[in-house]
Amino acid sequence: MSRELFKFKGGVHPPGHKSESNSRPIHAAPLPKKLVIPLRQHIGNPAKPVVEVGERVKKGQLIGEADGYISCAVHASSSGTVTAIDMQTMPHASGLPDLCITIETDGRDEWIAHAPLDYRAMVPAELRMRLRDMGIAGLGGAVFPSAVKLDPGAAQACPTLIINGGECEPWITCDDVLMRHRADEILQGVTVMRHLLGSTEILVGIEDNKPEAVAAMQAAAAKMDFAVEVVAVPARYPGGGAKQMIETLTGKQVPSGKLSTDIGIQVFNVGTTYALARAVHHGEPLISRLVTVTGHVLRPQNFEVLIGTPMHTLITLAGDRDGTTGVLMGGPMMGVPMPDLEVPVVKATNCILVKSNELFPPLPRALPCIRCTRCADACPAELQPQELFRFAKAGDFGRAQEYHLFDCIECGCCSYVCPSHIPLVDYYRYAKGEIWAREKEKRAADLARERHEFRLFRLEREKKEKAEKLAAKAQAKRAELAADPSASGAPDADAKKALIAAALARAQAKKAEVAPKNVDHLTPEQQHSIEEIEARRAKIRELAHQPLESEEKP
Amino acid sequence: MPSPFILDRSSVTQVMAWVLAALLPGVLVYVWLFGPGILVTLSLATVTALAAEAAMLKARGYPAKPFLTDLSAIVTAWLLALSLPSLAPWWLIVTGTLFAIVVAKHLYGGLGQNIFNPAMVGYAVLIVSFPVQMTQWAGPLELTTAHLTLAQSASVIFGGDLPKTTLDAVTMATPLDALRTGLLQQHTVDEIMTQPIFGHYGGTGFEWLAAAFLLGGLVLWALRIISWHVPLAFLAGIWLTAGFLHFFDAGRFGAPWFHLFAPSVMLGAFFIATDPVSGATTPRGKLIFGLGAGFLTIAIRTWGGFPDGVAFAILLMNLCVPLIDQYTQPRIYGGASRTKEPPA
Repeated sequence: MSRELFKFKGGVHPPGHKSESNSRPIHAAPLPKKLVIPLRQHIGNPAKPVVEVGERVKKGQLIGEADGYISCAVHASSSGTVTAIDMQTMPHASGLPDLCITIETDGRDEWIAHAPLDYRAMVPAELRMRLRDMGIAGLGGAVFPSAVKLDPGAAQACPTLIINGGECEPWITCDDVLMRHRADEILQGVTVMRHLLGSTEILVGIEDNKPEAVAAMQAAAAKMDFAVEVVAVPARYPGGGAKQMIETLTGKQVPSGKLSTDIGIQVFNVGTTYALARAVHHGEPLISRLVTVTGHVLRPQNFEVLIGTPMHTLITLAGDRDGTTGVLMGGPMMGVPMPDLEVPVVKATNCILVKSNELFPPLPRALPCIRCTRCADACPAELQPQELFRFAKAGDFGRAQEYHLFDCIECGCCSYVCPSHIPLVDYYRYAKGEIWAREKEKRAADLARERHEFRLFRLEREKKEKAEKLAAKAQAKRAELAADPSASGAPDADAKKALIAAALARAQAKKAEVAPKNVDHLTPEQQHSIEEIEARRAKIRELAHQPLESEEKP
Repeated sequence: MPSPFILDRSSVTQVMAWVLAALLPGVLVYVWLFGPGILVTLSLATVTALAAEAAMLKARGYPAKPFLTDLSAIVTAWLLALSLPSLAPWWLIVTGTLFAIVVAKHLYGGLGQNIFNPAMVGYAVLIVSFPVQMTQWAGPLELTTAHLTLAQSASVIFGGDLPKTTLDAVTMATPLDALRTGLLQQHTVDEIMTQPIFGHYGGTGFEWLAAAFLLGGLVLWALRIISWHVPLAFLAGIWLTAGFLHFFDAGRFGAPWFHLFAPSVMLGAFFIATDPVSGATTPRGKLIFGLGAGFLTIAIRTWGGFPDGVAFAILLMNLCVPLIDQYTQPRIYGGASRTKEPPA
């Protein structure tokens, strides 16, 4: 197999730390006493609860239904009783609470009746709705509802389907072990995806630091009745990013502001593909996933974890140690610090990384930027991070946008290589948050102004109408007096009505022609991050307004 | 603290340390071929730079330790010292270093904020203010009648007397000075080049010094401390401009190889024009920056009032950096290049 590979620009080579956790077999984490299942685990509208407190639920039972097209259902991960539907702390950096359904498990782990789907007999749209209702969302990190991505849309077909087994973030190995041990089922999921997307070329991209996974997937691919090309790609962070994987395998770049399907390519993470196989071939909704528990623990490994399991139970299971300095969800490059360890494992939880001072020494103090452009060399979005930093720090958000701030994928490569140790990504998050907030404020102001203008217009109109009525009355009176039944003010009133209608139309047109902004046409991912960013804005703003630590006066 | 939570092992200190290390071959060749006087100059400039840096940090309310240990002041000191005549008087060295650190660096905002390369500002101030003292170059040992020891060199630099010998016995006009003077006296380049100060490509001894700087520069490139863009463009700018002039009138304009194999050119190409703080940041911008500096160097050498033009060429290009950067923004992933019109 000698597929020509392409090089994406930038990227870094952080130490992989994969071997710590990828050699142990997959263990099923024991059933916890309590499951906390958030209704918003995916991008898009949160699910709507369909159970009540006190209700008994079975494993796999729908407890939150999808709300709209870009949404996803959530299910009870085990059998038990619903004890609360309330706000709970979420596994977010923000530590903001969100609506969750708490289930006290009964230990019986009793399944609801479920059966495989005869997907070939189903209408594609119906199959997609079923997948949405089975809670299938992207498990690679973005948690975008898969049903939406499985819709080829107007193009009718998406020629190239890429299964992403890149897993470029250090420490994380859940995709690695999934491919090693469950390659056949991953490819069964591919069968369904290919069916829905009409893809003719199937590529599986795996970073070459996972030779066992490559071998397992190649062996499984050989058994399929359609061609699946398993390709080992050079390990370089963020090579497992969808855009980077696309470029490595096809040489194509996704145009800025567009989707990969616009160039005929769709990408799914291997975990998502596996979840889809379980849904279609076994009728099981997405209620569990593989989670790497690694870092400063005694036995780093991967667990099969029920969604809603509190994180601390997994750390205990892997063997917690003294000297823990914090816990991340995700890897060290893009992971988010957890506000506390009661937070549940969600669909997005690929890794629980326990930090210690030895493994993750505190970052050194930042020095001023010396414009060395190592960040620009490392940026896979091919931006000029040193300029973005300058503009963000100066509060010059307009210039930052001109220099494509919103094309930043926050992969962290720039911060990683910065010899001045500047937390660059933080400045970009801050700048994005500020821009979103300002546009939101401007929007609110525009709306208020429009309302005010319409009120003035309405008052004016009412005054006019009153006057007209009076005039009409007077005229009618006069007509009556003149005893002439043919006279009428009607034509005049019609003209006035037309005038009013025209004015209304003008007001509406004005409302519609407000210039497009960054908060228009947001992808649901962005919408999601806006909310997160909003929460952190105040904190980050402090940082940006403070001088760099080293600039502080002694 | 948000992501990322890991860093590679690079630091400003590490970058600056490599720059200093890459200068060492040049320093060794300097001592070998021109005598140990340069060591006195380097030491005096280093001490002055560190003292000035510490004083300015204190005056500006910055912590001394992280900024003194970043080694950037020492890099400035060495680059200036290697640009000065090796037997220049002590006060010249001190004045130049103070100007570089206090005015060119700290009055512009310190590390990372200076528009101009500090060492070149120091050099420019000295050559404009003290042109006579800026000619006290130790000649190559193989051409001079007397050789100075380290103590004797220090004595000369600190204004002491030289027993048994005179300064004239150890100093010589540099090849660029010799060329300039010869041309002013209506000699042809070929006639001038018969003087012993001229070697194979550049000046006797000087060409080896240039080669040592080139070697150090290649090390920096191999280590990815600098990119190839600026040095290559700078050398190409020199070669093309000098070559163009030489092609039309070989009698009046020095050969391109002669211009290229000057120590100031190699030092400028690999160590000074590559200063990230005062240089262009985009790949195309770096090429423009280097080509422009190369062209200006030859233009100043040929038509300007000073024998060498590297310092002024780089300072002039420093001025153009914001403009160059703005108009050479590269295409981003999956996109067209930045909107062309300048911002309001």
